[in-house]
Amino acid sequence: QYCLSGHPTLPCNVLKFKSTTIMLDCGLDMTSTLNFLPLPLVQNPRLSNLPGWSLKDGNAFLDKELKECSGHVFVDSVPEFCLPETELIDLSTVDVILISNYHCMMALPYITEHTGFTGTVYATEPTVQIGRLLMEELVNFIERVPKAQSASLWKNKDTQRVIDPGSSMEDDGSAEELFGAVQVTPLSSGYALGSSNWIIQSHYEKVSYVSGSSLLTTHPQPMDQASLKNSDVLILTGLTQIPTANPDGMVGEFCSNLALTVRNGGNVLVPCYPSGVIYDLLECLYQYIDSAGLSSIPFYFISPVANSSLEFSQIFAEWLCHNKQTKVYLPEPPFPHAELIQTNKLKHYPSIHGDFSNDFRQPCVVFTGHPSLRFGDVVHFMELWGKSSLNTVIFTEPDFSYLEALAPYQPLAMKCIYCPIDTRLNFIQVSKLLKEVQPLHVVCPEQYTQPPPAQSHRVDLMIDCQPPAMSYRRAEVLALPFRRRYEKIEIMPELADSLVPMEIKPGISLATVSAVLHTKDNKHVLQPPPRPAQPTGGKKRKRPSDDIPDCKVLKPLLSGSIPVEQFVQTLEKHGFSDIKVEDTAKGHIVLLQEAETLIQIEEDSTHIICDNDEVLRVRLRDLVLKFLQKF
Amino acid sequence: MDPECSRLLPALCAVLVDPRQPVADDTCLEKLLDWFKTVTEAGPSLLLLQENPCLVELLFRVLKAHDPRPRVLSFSLRLAGLFAAQEDCFQYLQVSLSRAVDTIFSLQGDSSLFVASAAGQLLVHILALAMRGPAEGHPSPQGCDWPACAQKIVCHVEDSLRSTATPQVTQALNVLTTTFGHCHSPWTQGLWVRLSPLVACLLEKDPIPASHSLVDLLLSVARSPVGSSDCGLWETLAQTLSHLSPTQAGPLALGILKLQDCPQALKTQAFGVLLQPLACVLKAAAQAPGPPGFPEGATGDSITVDTFLSSKSACVGLLCQALAHLELLQLLPQRPSPWPQAPLLRAAVAILRFCHGSAAPTSDVGGHLCAVLAGCVRVQRAALDFLGTLSQGTGPQELVTQVFAVLLEYLTSPDSSPMVLKKAFQATLRWLLGSPKAPSCCDLDPHTQLFLGELLPVLRKRLCSPCWEARDSGLEFLTQVTRHWGGQAAFRHALLASEVPELTGQLLRDPESYVRASAVTATGQLSSWGLYATPTGPEHPEVQQESLFTELLHILSTDSEGFPRRAVMHVFTQWLKDGHADVAEDLEQFVARVLQAASQDLDWEVRAQGLELALVFLEQLLGQPGSRCPYAVALPEAAPPATLAQVLQALCRVQLFEFALRALFDCDRPVAQKSCDLLLFLKAKATPCGGPQEAGASPDVVSVEAALQRWQAGEQGQPLGELEPEAVMAVLRSMDLEGLRGMLAKSSDHMEKSPQSLLQDMLATVGVLGENEADCY
Repeated sequence: QYCLSGHPTLPCNVLKFKSTTIMLDCGLDMTSTLNFLPLPLVQNPRLSNLPGWSLKDGNAFLDKELKECSGHVFVDSVPEFCLPETELIDLSTVDVILISNYHCMMALPYITEHTGFTGTVYATEPTVQIGRLLMEELVNFIERVPKAQSASLWKNKDTQRVIDPGSSMEDDGSAEELFGAVQVTPLSSGYALGSSNWIIQSHYEKVSYVSGSSLLTTHPQPMDQASLKNSDVLILTGLTQIPTANPDGMVGEFCSNLALTVRNGGNVLVPCYPSGVIYDLLECLYQYIDSAGLSSIPFYFISPVANSSLEFSQIFAEWLCHNKQTKVYLPEPPFPHAELIQTNKLKHYPSIHGDFSNDFRQPCVVFTGHPSLRFGDVVHFMELWGKSSLNTVIFTEPDFSYLEALAPYQPLAMKCIYCPIDTRLNFIQVSKLLKEVQPLHVVCPEQYTQPPPAQSHRVDLMIDCQPPAMSYRRAEVLALPFRRRYEKIEIMPELADSLVPMEIKPGISLATVSAVLHTKDNKHVLQPPPRPAQPTGGKKRKRPSDDIPDCKVLKPLLSGSIPVEQFVQTLEKHGFSDIKVEDTAKGHIVLLQEAETLIQIEEDSTHIICDNDEVLRVRLRDLVLKFLQKF
Repeated sequence: MDPECSRLLPALCAVLVDPRQPVADDTCLEKLLDWFKTVTEAGPSLLLLQENPCLVELLFRVLKAHDPRPRVLSFSLRLAGLFAAQEDCFQYLQVSLSRAVDTIFSLQGDSSLFVASAAGQLLVHILALAMRGPAEGHPSPQGCDWPACAQKIVCHVEDSLRSTATPQVTQALNVLTTTFGHCHSPWTQGLWVRLSPLVACLLEKDPIPASHSLVDLLLSVARSPVGSSDCGLWETLAQTLSHLSPTQAGPLALGILKLQDCPQALKTQAFGVLLQPLACVLKAAAQAPGPPGFPEGATGDSITVDTFLSSKSACVGLLCQALAHLELLQLLPQRPSPWPQAPLLRAAVAILRFCHGSAAPTSDVGGHLCAVLAGCVRVQRAALDFLGTLSQGTGPQELVTQVFAVLLEYLTSPDSSPMVLKKAFQATLRWLLGSPKAPSCCDLDPHTQLFLGELLPVLRKRLCSPCWEARDSGLEFLTQVTRHWGGQAAFRHALLASEVPELTGQLLRDPESYVRASAVTATGQLSSWGLYATPTGPEHPEVQQESLFTELLHILSTDSEGFPRRAVMHVFTQWLKDGHADVAEDLEQFVARVLQAASQDLDWEVRAQGLELALVFLEQLLGQPGSRCPYAVALPEAAPPATLAQVLQALCRVQLFEFALRALFDCDRPVAQKSCDLLLFLKAKATPCGGPQEAGASPDVVSVEAALQRWQAGEQGQPLGELEPEAVMAVLRSMDLEGLRGMLAKSSDHMEKSPQSLLQDMLATVGVLGENEADCY
């Protein structure tokens, strides 16, 4: 396994399994954007007049690119991302890429467009569609803001190319065969719409890839745990990033703070992705707003893909949890945000420009991206509302440190609430899961094998399993421990007919087989050997094709073991005397001192060493053979 | 026994012994036993046995049956026990039962718990009776002078105690526990002398068999007269304490500490056992050698540490047990002294920090505790309860600050489960109310004021929680704290500066009925202290109170759930009692509107509470009913009570009579009872003054009585119309209210509860009663 990403929740691993090379997820680590200045949507005097940063010796050669803001230094450029490692393995040799959820595919363009990759990308339908939305949003956020410097590989056409023709989509539960060697099967993982874990198996080995899974009852189809059983290796990534925060409590916190702010006439800003937790938040608010007396407060959802996201969520019924699926048959929209939109409580806009500025009413609640606060419409609202202590920004996405995200906006009067909602597995759930599915080996990012650095005493916040999990870090190559080494070989029926099995032990039969092993597409077939040419009196000339290797008459195979004491008795019966037996590490040596002969008996071989006395050797051999079975 | 029951009894006994007949459920048999118990307790029962031979026949046949049904067997054994408790009955029964002792021995191991326990109890009864006659004095421990029957039982017990099978040992221990619990005659002393070596042998075994029952036995002996005289017992107890595992020893230690007179050394040892888990926690949480901890003997020994480390459930179980035991102990007068308040506080705080993940332990045990306890709701609940109880004592200020800090952590944490949050609010309330007043004035001390400043924003957020349990416990807390501190200037100031009162008002319209009910109670309480301002704003201060009254009245007349309406009635009653300023403004109008709304309510508790309110109103007009507080010193009254005529006029104006008379015929008995009491009180107050008019023939009275008769018949639709006080008094005089009260005092099912009815029911289920046969074709 080649580990191309160091981020445990945005993994990118390459698995060489059998004769295939499989990339598992293709996450893009965006935390590096926090080192860049926000991209304002409208001319912003504060950000454009920041002082340049100079070295201590006064050297200011970087002052065009580095700016100082609120005591921190930021790069003044289009943000750059931390790509997966490209030097560790030749990415053109990757046969397929398996994507587990839409958050873990953002680095795809970098792999598919610039590495000579010619393989196939597998992902579920919703993952592809929503992943495309996320990419579109990101490209839109960055491209609509003109910046002189450009350091991004992100181009719209790349995104489109990647998503459209190259990928193949899978229905959940159906398997796809790769080169005859391995089968890959997606399993529902319960984390997001269309999110999946993958099973990669050959006839005798099974690798489970678990990434971004959830056991909570939210909108997606529940996680399939049973199919993960009997894995030789379970690769475990994408656990919760906030193991100490329970999502239920956080949702409560979110609602309470929202209500308090709005009651006091303040606005609430929720930086978020256009899909995922926002569906659950809207559903909670749908139930909560009436009871909290907030029915008159407008909710705005601003994203270039807001409309598509809300609509997509309603059409992927078969990917939803059971409750929501049954609604479709009523028929009702599975998500209540349809009703929020109908009653005008929730309005969505592609951006703050256009219709939004006409409809905008305060106090209100705004959901918009990007959660890093570095680009997207959220930058505008931060500047607009940051100065008033009545307003609140509530962070719900766990991907970015909220303090770092806020750094370029300091000093800030607005209240900041951190309610990270991460529904992915926590360590208690993981330990239950591992007990349940019992994999032989667990492989995980090294972050999961020790307590979080900030809470080094919390030994409960790590993976605890037997044998201990194998850990990996970025740019490491790991040999996975497969114990079984078998291949499945088919026997042609006519060949099978000719076999005569012999029972050597109760329940175990053996047969010798002479055949030609035919291997194609990683499938092995035993075919009957070609018949030796019939002796035809030499009249016909041999054709070249009949010139096959001689099939010698086979000697019978031997099995069984030689009981030394009985063997010595037999020798004595046959007139040998003065016999000595010595034990060796591997078996025994029987010494016939008179005949100056030595019989070495080991588990898998017997040697008769005598001094040029072929008659004696044959006699002894026959005595040995009496103890063995032949077939 | 009445003849009708005697007639039915043989048929029932026949049903019970017949294995083909279905037997009614266990509750019927239980009721039957209850009845027999009252019959046997009422007097000598020998006659009963002689007159109803079917009973002896029943016992005999059930014991002889090859395959008796467990519930019938259990019933028979207990019935036999009931009779055998009387000596003459015992002699009478002995003929048929003495052979049965062996059967009873074997029944101790019956798979049915009822049977097994009944068999054990029966053995005790037989033993006690056998010992009564010849051995009133001090029989020898060797038992050579014991009656044969007793000898047989004791030998059986001895054999069982020597057995290697735990169930046998348990049976023997249980029989002995019951014996020492019930029999306090001198012979039990001999019994203990004879058996205690065998019991001591059990302690040598590893693991100790039936430790639970052993603990029960030792405590039972210690509580009996045997305990006060036998010093060997204390040694056995001390030995047991040190042999049992920490979890097993807990109940024994608590039991020992509850004993009135036991040696101080043993008490110290027992207290040490209870404290050990907490000592362990303290040790694990300590950053550096801290202040002095628990007394000697509670230093967190290695066995306790091993239990902590063995498994999560063992650790959680032991901690919860220790906390619960210490909580019980603290409330007892005989609790150990000095009480280690400070280390206990420290331990409780440490446990709560471990559960919350906020502790930073340095030791291995600490790290393990942290992993095991993080987020453990069970321990959190136990520790918060315990912490709340500790508020009765004091502690060094630095510790009290820690207590408030950890409570605030729990109140703030989004991860606190609703139940934990509720407990945290309760503990906070206890600590707040227990906190000392500032010495200079009667206001809250500065620490408490500071804490309030942090607490109120948290409360505000909890009132906005999407989880209704959180809103509900927040409101309950607010109600309680206001009840106690509504007059404290610092509290009033802090509360009015927070948004809490406004939010409370909004929760009157909460979708969850429990929350609405709590909001009603809370706003009522706030308003009593002048702390409630309706959201309409401060520009109309004069209409504020009126609008809360209107709002609550609106809830009373329209809310679909009972809880909020009941809460409104309680608030109104309280307002009336307190002389709430705005109620006092137009008292009659207030009472009239509330009674009108309550009279139409479908919930009987609301109607009953309406009568309560009416009674308060009456008392205020007429003075306290004398019977309520006979020793009260009569205070000189500021104004002379109104004349009776004026009072009656007022009662007519608020339509109290109509309300009360309607309630008198209420289909719910408690309402009718209350109304009856109220009218009797009124009648008693009014009669001595005696109106001059004899209004027996007044046309008003006739119409009222006619209306009442219709009401009694169930037609309650018709109103009474305008009532004249004289007419009302005349009606009251003519009614037999005492008789009615007697009728109502009998429970509505007094007919159905009679033994005769029980016997009939049981027979009816098997279709034995003659009249049922007619239906069969």
